[in-house]
Amino acid sequence: MTTTLTPPEPRVATPVSNSLTAGKLPNGAPWMILAASLLVSAGLFGVIALSGAEFNWVGTLVVAALIYVVVITVLSRIVEGSRRSTDRFVTSLVTGAFLLAMIPLVSLTITVVTFGLARFDPEFFTYSMRSVTGEGGGALHAIVGTLLMTGTAALISIPIGLMTSIYLVEYGRGRLARGITFLVDVMTGIPSIVAGLFAYALFAIFWGPGTRTGIAGAVALAVLMIPVVVRSSEEMLRLVPNELREAAYALGVPKWLTIVKVVLPTSIAGITTGIMLSIARVIGETAPLLIAAGFTNSMNYDMTEGRMQSLPVFVYTQYANQGTPASAYLDRAWAAALTLILIVMALNLIARLVARFFAPKFGR
Amino acid sequence: MNLKRFGAPAVIAMTAALALSSCAANEGGATENGDAGSESTLSGNLVGAGSSAMDAAQQAWIAEFQNANPDVTIDYDPSGSGAGRDTFLEGASGYAGSDRAFNDEEIAAGGFAACAPDSTIIQLPLYISPIAVIFNLDGIDSLNLDPATIAGIFAGQITNWNDPAIAATNEGVELPDLAITPVHRSDDSGTTENFTDYLAQAAPEVWTYEADGVWPFEGGEAAQGTSGVVDAVTNGTGTIGYADASRAGDLGTAAVQVGDEFLEYSPEAAAAIVDVSPFVEGRPDGDLSLELDRTPDEAAYPIVLVAYSIACQQYEDSATAELVKAYFSYIASAEGQDVAAENAGSAPISDTLREQAVAAIDSIQ
Amino acid sequence: MSTAPAPIRAKQRPGDRVFSRSAVFAGSMILVTLAAVATFLIVQSVPALFATGETASILDTNFWAYVGPLVFGTIWAAALALLLALPVSIGIALFISHYAPRRLASVLGYIVDLLAAVPSVVFGLWGIGVLAPAVQPLYTWLVDNLGWFPLFSGPVSGTGRTILTAAVVLAVMIIPIITAISREVFLQTPVLHEEAALALGATRWEMIRTAVLPFGRPGIISAAVLGLGRALGETMAVAMVLSATGAVTFQLLTSVNPSTIAANIALSFPEAYGINVNVLIATGLILFIVTFAVNALARWIVARRSEFSGAN
Repeated sequence: MTTTLTPPEPRVATPVSNSLTAGKLPNGAPWMILAASLLVSAGLFGVIALSGAEFNWVGTLVVAALIYVVVITVLSRIVEGSRRSTDRFVTSLVTGAFLLAMIPLVSLTITVVTFGLARFDPEFFTYSMRSVTGEGGGALHAIVGTLLMTGTAALISIPIGLMTSIYLVEYGRGRLARGITFLVDVMTGIPSIVAGLFAYALFAIFWGPGTRTGIAGAVALAVLMIPVVVRSSEEMLRLVPNELREAAYALGVPKWLTIVKVVLPTSIAGITTGIMLSIARVIGETAPLLIAAGFTNSMNYDMTEGRMQSLPVFVYTQYANQGTPASAYLDRAWAAALTLILIVMALNLIARLVARFFAPKFGR
Repeated sequence: MNLKRFGAPAVIAMTAALALSSCAANEGGATENGDAGSESTLSGNLVGAGSSAMDAAQQAWIAEFQNANPDVTIDYDPSGSGAGRDTFLEGASGYAGSDRAFNDEEIAAGGFAACAPDSTIIQLPLYISPIAVIFNLDGIDSLNLDPATIAGIFAGQITNWNDPAIAATNEGVELPDLAITPVHRSDDSGTTENFTDYLAQAAPEVWTYEADGVWPFEGGEAAQGTSGVVDAVTNGTGTIGYADASRAGDLGTAAVQVGDEFLEYSPEAAAAIVDVSPFVEGRPDGDLSLELDRTPDEAAYPIVLVAYSIACQQYEDSATAELVKAYFSYIASAEGQDVAAENAGSAPISDTLREQAVAAIDSIQ
Repeated sequence: MSTAPAPIRAKQRPGDRVFSRSAVFAGSMILVTLAAVATFLIVQSVPALFATGETASILDTNFWAYVGPLVFGTIWAAALALLLALPVSIGIALFISHYAPRRLASVLGYIVDLLAAVPSVVFGLWGIGVLAPAVQPLYTWLVDNLGWFPLFSGPVSGTGRTILTAAVVLAVMIIPIITAISREVFLQTPVLHEEAALALGATRWEMIRTAVLPFGRPGIISAAVLGLGRALGETMAVAMVLSATGAVTFQLLTSVNPSTIAANIALSFPEAYGINVNVLIATGLILFIVTFAVNALARWIVARRSEFSGAN
């Protein structure tokens, strides 16, 4: 911009030192380069395939991706300068990371859905496994058990976890806050199987040895869930700008109302994500439930009496203790896994709607 | 008030659970009208725990037994033999299933909480499962292997499928030039204990380790549980492993050398090994613990897992005694053994063993 | 006395009192729970610490020789998993928060959240049935061509169920956790900071580097720690996928792999009896301590960076 008053020369496409006036790749360039890289790579592997080897899809995609990254970086550096070149390089890395991660995730989803659909029929949702051998049977008892135990665990741990994180962010000063932070850290380190052993031992004190109940399972899950709720909500509450709190105080709003009306709504999307994560974390736990809530083939709605089946335990036992025909057991295992994922999906959807409903409207 | 909003997903989950609360379609009916055609007067709950190897058979027995006695609920917890024995010891279960019987020290220590103070315990080998040596080689369904070769493969001394030791007993089979990947159980298991016991008894010069539920050295591939071993062998190349014979499926299986002949596993051959093995000495009546003989003279398949059904001879609680007695009688019956053979691939016990078992069960009170 | 000017005290409202007390109460509940768990662990562990090969059949010599290789395996597998997962997760989080079109982004975020819910047993099944057979040829190629590199030395596993496969499965399990939290944190970056950077002529990457990443760093570390916590304590998936033989080795592609504490508990617990149970619970205590040490380290790093936090 600091040009002299000499009459402007006609623009030429030579690199200029001023990055703002540097050239720019045409809008469609990345797509064209991507297509070209794919063609070149496919050609390369096609030639190799001619010599008798099988056409290597994975190799083609990997080499194409490499060619694309190199070409777009170099080309952008020549035309647009080093800063834009770095930007393009990072863009392709970020997109690449995303696509790379999608491979296992998509593969997993496809596996669960294809295997799970085999037994995803009405019988699966209306039958328990009582007196069922071989084919047939269902997982109603496990679905009910999972919902009851996870629901109870959530009722225990969400209030405790959320209030603790509020305490840590809004009230906590000094030794108690530091101590609780420290203890929450310790708590994230509780191995799930130890939480199960703990809950089992705890309820054995009250109700005698060998007691396995739904409530014991729920307590084991709550022990695992609380630290996740605390840490994720704490992180989100800390991100609420202090200006918002100060503005509320300046208007004379009491602290607790500030928290309820300003701080929580601002961070509710993040908190909900954290809570959903914590539910997701525990709803698939197998080891603690196997120990604390046990295993049964029959229906049980009573949290305080008798063993309770859950979906992950159902999946595990169906896989680990296959009878004949083995395929019937595996099909039930996959169908239960699919059911579990669908339940979480539904919970997630509800939570997102809740979050959207209560969150203040932002620019984004 | 805002807190209620956070609980919303949980509340909805609970509502959904309640909505689902109609009874399972296969439950309830029989229990309520009780006219399922049986004159059974038995009722109550019985909990068993123990061996996961026995689980498929237990589930089949329980299903049939519950059909015949609709007011009875039996839960078998396949938590593992060790856990099963501990659970039984502390009185939290009515009976135990275990891959090994209680040994002399444990019986002497006593303290079986569910049993009457002076009661002995009853240990019955009612589940006999042949263990197959399974492998995954293209186009080969069966191989003849002698004990020393099996031990050499699993000890990592024989490392290629075209090894002369394998070729010597398999004339006419085209063995590939392929590395052997032996697969063993990574968990502590009765299957491993029985398999290593076989190797130690049948090939002591090659297999220098003692029988143990944990694989005794670092080496080879490890996989969790029977399902894990079968999966690893199926998905790998040049793999060999050991698993319950009922799970061998399409995999190749080894015919094991006994005396001078090679023997594929079969229910009869597996039941035979139990009949030729002596009982452990010095045990009270009703304790049918076996000292398995892995090098028999007769045509008996030596790699078997025997799981014991364990109960008290005299219970504190007579209702439990009645249930256990009825349930064990069913297990030991020819019908019960056939159900297990059909659903779990076990070998039905012989009539001589049944007589002794029934006598023991009848003494339960 | 009465002449001294009293400091102006904020009016104490009952609502405030109730609210702050219940917050303190919730915090104390954590204290109580933890004390109970810790008491349980320590009481159960004490007999194991003095056990020998004679008293506990699971031990060869003493407890420390038994737990050593397990600690190594736990940290090694979790570190590999984090190494694989962290860059990818940050990439996904950035992609969702700053690169993808808005409409697509919310769908993607939703999908990633869902994957956090896939039970570990299913990851195990997938690892055995799909991943291990798929990567086995790649492992063979690596050993054949890059076998001179110590990490890749042979002999290659015939089934692909190596520590690297286990680490990939763990990485896939923790990617959703790290991504979800990092994404939320990135989205919380003050829009003014971002716009200021862009107005100064920054490219998108420069904006991210100068505004988003410094703001999100404590959040990323928290997310990584949560992920690492899950990787360290993961039981079923590792037990099912890993060919664990208990060796101490850095080789990534052989059948001989270290086991992890959690997987070892799951594998040995069902058959454990007597003092062996205490030994296994004591290894749980060690896992507890290891995880705590990792967390403390992360806390310390975050604390040093706390000036970037929105609330202070």
